[in-house]
Amino acid sequence: MLRYVLRRTGLSLVLLFVIATILFFSLHLLPGDPALLVLGGDAAQPTPEQIAMVRAKLGLDQPLWLQYATWLERVMRGDLGRSLVDDRPVARDLANRLPRTLQLVIPATLLSTAIGVALGMFAARRRGRLADPLASSTALMGFSVPVFVVGMLLVALFSITLGWLPPAGYVPFGEDPLGFLRHLILPTLALSASPMAITMRMTRSSFLEQASLDYVRTARAKGLPEPAVAWRHVLRNALLPVVTVVGLQIGGMFAGAVLVEYIFSWPGLNTLLLNSISTRDYPIIQGVVLLAAALFVFVNLVTDLCYALINPRIRYE
Amino acid sequence: MSEAGGASARVPLRRRVRRHAQILIALPLLAGLVLVASLAPLLMRHDPNRLNPRVKVQPPSQTYVLGTDEFGRDILSRLAYGARITLIVTFASVVLAAVGGTALGTVAAYAGRAVEMVIMRTMDGMLCFPPILLGIFVVTFLGPSLVNLILVIGVLYIPRFTRVVHSSTLAIRELEYVESARALGSSALRIVARAILPNILAPIMVQASLAAGHAILLESGLSFLGLGPPPPAPSWGRMVEQSGRYMQLSILPIIWPSAAISATVLGFNLLGDGLRDLLDPRLRN
Repeated sequence: MLRYVLRRTGLSLVLLFVIATILFFSLHLLPGDPALLVLGGDAAQPTPEQIAMVRAKLGLDQPLWLQYATWLERVMRGDLGRSLVDDRPVARDLANRLPRTLQLVIPATLLSTAIGVALGMFAARRRGRLADPLASSTALMGFSVPVFVVGMLLVALFSITLGWLPPAGYVPFGEDPLGFLRHLILPTLALSASPMAITMRMTRSSFLEQASLDYVRTARAKGLPEPAVAWRHVLRNALLPVVTVVGLQIGGMFAGAVLVEYIFSWPGLNTLLLNSISTRDYPIIQGVVLLAAALFVFVNLVTDLCYALINPRIRYE
Repeated sequence: MSEAGGASARVPLRRRVRRHAQILIALPLLAGLVLVASLAPLLMRHDPNRLNPRVKVQPPSQTYVLGTDEFGRDILSRLAYGARITLIVTFASVVLAAVGGTALGTVAAYAGRAVEMVIMRTMDGMLCFPPILLGIFVVTFLGPSLVNLILVIGVLYIPRFTRVVHSSTLAIRELEYVESARALGSSALRIVARAILPNILAPIMVQASLAAGHAILLESGLSFLGLGPPPPAPSWGRMVEQSGRYMQLSILPIIWPSAAISATVLGFNLLGDGLRDLLDPRLRN
């Protein structure tokens, strides 16, 4: 197991390095002078002083390899530079915003996994009856509807038409727990819709695959009642691939949260990103993108380790 | 092929329709969309960008079949012209991704060693970035436009194709007919073009269809955030965002573009699923 953990962790570190490299070069690969791009392209007509200032601030006056080395070294220390707009350290801004994005992502993950697995198992156990194709087609629709459409329709229905829940906004949990929850419901639902559909589909096919294996027949043959076979034998094995899918989804949800935070004015990481678009605050935009990718790598590492923990076959390969 | 044709001839029509239900739903849906998009100037009575302050946010009527938006523009016309944007962006970006991914994938599989490692690890790294975030990052600095949208989405979906092509190529190049081509002295390029590409076309097509669904989600998401083609271009994502601003007056203007996006993505997803079942029976369950 230790060898597997070390190897898998090492791979993640390599991946982080690749990510930091891609992100560093993406500004330089874009056509045009990076300093001009940051200042708003040709149309903005910045003064030579402004250009010089941005160059100095982003270190663009250094040779490229030195910029790259400095960038890697600083990222490793957790230093993501300072905002071009208000000169605050980017890392601190990110640290302030991250918990609020997690407040969306964690409940959405729990909700989508619980309902997705339940529906998937439900559909699989009713294979050949009406409920199964019904559930499967609902799932297919579920991940064809964009997250922002789900969000807007939820607002249209529950806030505008019915007036049950606030259409947008954020209240800190410490100030007003009930208000926090009321503001949390719609964004969580919007964020979990598509992952729920994917989890459901995965659970269904995995459950059906397991249910056709010999050990299930043995369990039935020795007289176990059907619910015991389904829950204790089939489901436990069927959930293995689901773990991986859920892990991938958590990473994906940080992306879905971009649109959800925008719709619901949720002051998380992505709102910070979107606010920085109009000012082209390069260090912040870069910081958010880097953090999201790093979180993706981290969540996948944790998922893979959990997977190895519950499935011994992986460890010994 | 003749064997498969003979077998399917014996299967009753009802079963055959059910087996390919997904494709049978997807094809008319997508064909209809292409038709509406290409014939939009002939089919639509109204100019999609003509402002008419006297008919702001009208409910559906004989003149305005789906009603009007906050500037009095005909929503149906805007949807039809918007379909052009969606289809152009989707088609162009998926072709770009497929061509780029196929090139990188075959080169990686053939070159081996360092080249393979650099290409494949870069692809792994790219896959860690949520596409919409990298999309926001690049479009912010390149500026929102149709061409930039195509470039960004195309590049973002290269890794999926690279992976599929790389693994299929590795599997196929060990087969005997490839070996015999090599023994006959064919160049690597010729082997790839004649022996390998035709055999990995099926997974590429499945991938292309699924990627098209994702590309529309990404395109409409970026447009929703104002990073698509600039106004007054009637992009569907922006239409949803704009109509959200006057939700209190009417929620209908949100419903139409939302339905258009969802139906189109569904069409490509059904097509992808259907093609996978059709082309690779082993994956069926």
